[in-house]
Amino acid sequence: METFLVLASTLCISMGVFLGITGAIGIFRMPNFFARLHAASVTDSGCAFMLLFGLMLQSGFTLATIKLCFILLFFLISSPTAAHALAKTALSCGAQPTSSPREER
Amino acid sequence: MELIIDITLLTFLGLTALAINRIDKLFCIIMLSGIYSLLCASLFVSMDAVDVAFTEAAVGTGIATVLLLSTIGATDTQQRSAPQRPLFALLVVCATGAILVYGTMDMPAFGDPDAPIHHHVAPRYLEMSQQEVGSDNIVTSILSSYRGFDTLGETVVIFTAGLSVVGLIGFRGMQKFGDRQRAAGITQDDMGKHLVLRIVIKMFIPLILLFALYVQFHGDFGPGGGFQAGVIFASGFIFYTLMFGLDAAMRVVSPRTLSYIAALGVLTYGGVGITTLLMGGNFLDYNVLRPDPLQGQHLGIFLIELGVGTTVFSIMVLIFFAFSSRKGLRQ
Repeated sequence: METFLVLASTLCISMGVFLGITGAIGIFRMPNFFARLHAASVTDSGCAFMLLFGLMLQSGFTLATIKLCFILLFFLISSPTAAHALAKTALSCGAQPTSSPREER
Repeated sequence: MELIIDITLLTFLGLTALAINRIDKLFCIIMLSGIYSLLCASLFVSMDAVDVAFTEAAVGTGIATVLLLSTIGATDTQQRSAPQRPLFALLVVCATGAILVYGTMDMPAFGDPDAPIHHHVAPRYLEMSQQEVGSDNIVTSILSSYRGFDTLGETVVIFTAGLSVVGLIGFRGMQKFGDRQRAAGITQDDMGKHLVLRIVIKMFIPLILLFALYVQFHGDFGPGGGFQAGVIFASGFIFYTLMFGLDAAMRVVSPRTLSYIAALGVLTYGGVGITTLLMGGNFLDYNVLRPDPLQGQHLGIFLIELGVGTTVFSIMVLIFFAFSSRKGLRQ
């Protein structure tokens, strides 16, 4: 059981790190605003989710897990909202979500 | 491991500072300065100064960023280039920096057990605060009991700062601004279209206020206290203002009420001091408040933290109101 938990949490954390790095690369490499926003929100939600879940597996049934749970809930609600607000504002300011060539940053 | 974390954080700090220097879009600079504060807070955590980190995260990253944003709302988003290259200023800054770095050579190393600061009053605080003050969080017992007079000074500083900002910027033209907005057809529709944002913020505001109260009343046992709680409570209000507009927020609590609350907080703090004087103790000597000295300490700390919290909250909201009521006057 112990080994399994350690293994699972390592897997989750490395997955989170992978998502974080790909998100960071994506922010620099993606062609336009919406694609970059997609990369950023992958970091925000997927990476944070995986990291927190991995940490929860490691801390077991303690107070720390409950605190992590709250942080996870907060992230789950707040980061998609932030991404949504950004996208909506960009759309209303006239940015078009097309796969057009690289625009000026 | 800790060394690696410290080095990484300090590298990020340096990079952020350089980026702030290079960029001339004020919006980006404000975001970067928020990141800078957050990195500072992480450094404080790695130095085990959790209370300081908490304050830095709440004040530097939260409130300061919002205040700066509301400032650029009233001014321009682009930095004007300097008329000439200020070489003399660069020289002065470099010289001052060199002197400061030279000054730190005489300072004892971080965590040096022989440093003078660890031999003066600190040992007594660490050993006796459980018996003398009874608070689990030694930082709180130092801040509000041993050094209560200093904290009173800090609270008065915040109060004075708020008064000066309101005195300088003021709320003149507020009424006109509201009228002009309505005449121009700008109501809160711009933000009102963000339905998702609206609902999520409505959901979060009670949680933020609740967390602020937790920080306020849990300061005896964990990191936190009046300063942090006040700032977090104020950020809940600022959220509301950003989403539902200044008019709606001012209907919840008007600037006049806020200034009364701010004064009340300072008066609570000073009043506790006067009360202890009248009851036969020294100024801010909470032992005399109750027959049992420890209970007296507990009551005293509770009251003055409440005073600090209310003052910080109302001053922060007042400053934000003053800044954002200024916004429309430019046109």
